[in-house]
Amino acid sequence: MTAAMRRWTGGLFDTIPNAIVSLALLWLAAQAGGAFWDWAVTRANFDATTAEACARTGGACWAFIADRWRLILFGTYPFTQQWRPALALALFIALIVVSATPASWRSRPRRRLLGLAWLLTMPLLGALMWGGVAGLPPVPSRLWGGLPLTVMLASVGVGVAFVLALLLALGRVSDMPVIRVLCLFYIEFFRGVPLIALLFLAAILFPYLVPPDWTMDTLLRAQLAFALFFAAYMAEAIRGGLQAIPQGQYLAADSLGMGYWQARRKIILPQALRTVIPSLVNIFIAAFKDTSLVVVISMLDLLGAANASTAEAKWWGLYIEPYLFIAAIYLVFCAAMSAYSRGLERRLGVGVR
Amino acid sequence: MAPIITMERVRKSYGPILVLPGLDLNVAPGQRVVICGPSGSGKSTAIACINGLVPHDAGRIVVDGIALDHARGTAPDVRRMVGMVFQQFNLFPHLTVLENCTVGPITVQRRSRREAEAEAMALLERVRIPDQAAKYPAQLSGGQQQRVAIARALAMRPRIMLFDEPTSALDPEMVTEVLDAMVALADTGITMVVVTHEMGFARQVAHRILYMDRGAILQDSPPAEFFANPADARVQSFLDHVRRGEGPA
Repeated sequence: MTAAMRRWTGGLFDTIPNAIVSLALLWLAAQAGGAFWDWAVTRANFDATTAEACARTGGACWAFIADRWRLILFGTYPFTQQWRPALALALFIALIVVSATPASWRSRPRRRLLGLAWLLTMPLLGALMWGGVAGLPPVPSRLWGGLPLTVMLASVGVGVAFVLALLLALGRVSDMPVIRVLCLFYIEFFRGVPLIALLFLAAILFPYLVPPDWTMDTLLRAQLAFALFFAAYMAEAIRGGLQAIPQGQYLAADSLGMGYWQARRKIILPQALRTVIPSLVNIFIAAFKDTSLVVVISMLDLLGAANASTAEAKWWGLYIEPYLFIAAIYLVFCAAMSAYSRGLERRLGVGVR
Repeated sequence: MAPIITMERVRKSYGPILVLPGLDLNVAPGQRVVICGPSGSGKSTAIACINGLVPHDAGRIVVDGIALDHARGTAPDVRRMVGMVFQQFNLFPHLTVLENCTVGPITVQRRSRREAEAEAMALLERVRIPDQAAKYPAQLSGGQQQRVAIARALAMRPRIMLFDEPTSALDPEMVTEVLDAMVALADTGITMVVVTHEMGFARQVAHRILYMDRGAILQDSPPAEFFANPADARVQSFLDHVRRGEGPA
């Protein structure tokens, strides 16, 4: 065996028993992979018009996805208007990608430009989604669905949760007992309640808890429930990072005459957050996938829309294909987040003690 | 001349342990004071009280006309005039050497980045490490880190510099470079309060040497007298230890 090969295989083939186990596992993987390929590609049907016609080839029925992909991606958003959520989603993702690029933060004018881009894009996204301006027909938020809804719930939820979590984590280690206890109660409450229960609470119980003329969009309530819930988890992750910071850092910041917020912004939080990137990304990914729980309050996010797409008579009995389709979409988004966080860790790794 | 540091009956305890029963100390502007004494004698607590890093329980501390009052929140005002160098350096590991020296001036004093960087570079040259400006603290030796810490404190243009055992955490071969930087600083005439066992340094730069034991000042005299006439058997025994190069018990 050459040295290069050894580096890749490590000890997988160094003894006879190891080699047998390795070969057996390889054989199993090949079998499974081959069977999947056979189903998903060789015997797949791309152009049938009903589930019955599809079944004749005995493979995957991708014709179903080809027929129903717009329902899965955009839910019940009016069919002729679906270019609007598509455009909004593209703009939003572009904005996030630009914001996640280090070059966008390198100088003060660039940071200003970035802030301006957010300030201008958000109302534009709202106008695209809700309509009612510039000749766009209005679309109430109860009709929103699919991927744009999932991405919005996750990113706005995580964004709001992150800010809240910073405050909660700082409060949790505060010198002031009242603040500490309040933050502790908040975190324990929202960590101790299932997300589904919170969503039900937000959707069903909320209207009974407030005056009848005090209405609030269901979508907004679900969004809020997400943010409050994940803030509790993120706060605990960030608190872990805060506790890892040596006392000397606080003393040094104090000795320079820094106030509480100056020290937090320049000295404490940059170090604390760097150490908790992996656990924060873990929570981001969980949050992205957990948006699918809004199905229980009859909102059609990506998973809900995929569910709904299976309900049609002529495609009766097809489940695997739509779920594989959305699983691939979830996977792409989560893999992108993971890859970004690995890059971030590498970049911020300089100067670690 | 009116003292720049006044401590009157300063009392401090950590829980049941009384560290400073009632410390009195005045330091005149431009004076260089070295404090020595056995560990646990309250030296470090005493100088950490001066800039309020350790809040005192009772007594009065006035620094350059500002009464240190934690209830009224005057500690940041005092700290802006008082630079401090720690035993463990406490550099900010996520910032470069240059950024360590500019983060205070830019954030606290709202000085422009350009001006703060120019001044920081001048200070780094003074402590003889301008070529390390772009590095991170973890890439420097202990002696270099401590010199950066001195530059970082000076960047705030303090009127007083406090040193809390600045060479105790250093490998022996790095002590000299830090002491040299401190001697050079002494030549500028800035007020210095230094907790150290480096008696050679004390003899060379101090106007007064204080010996502390159990929170009280047993001796306070100019170097010549301090070494010639120890006021107390404990001071004598401390000096014997130091001279034998073992450090105090």
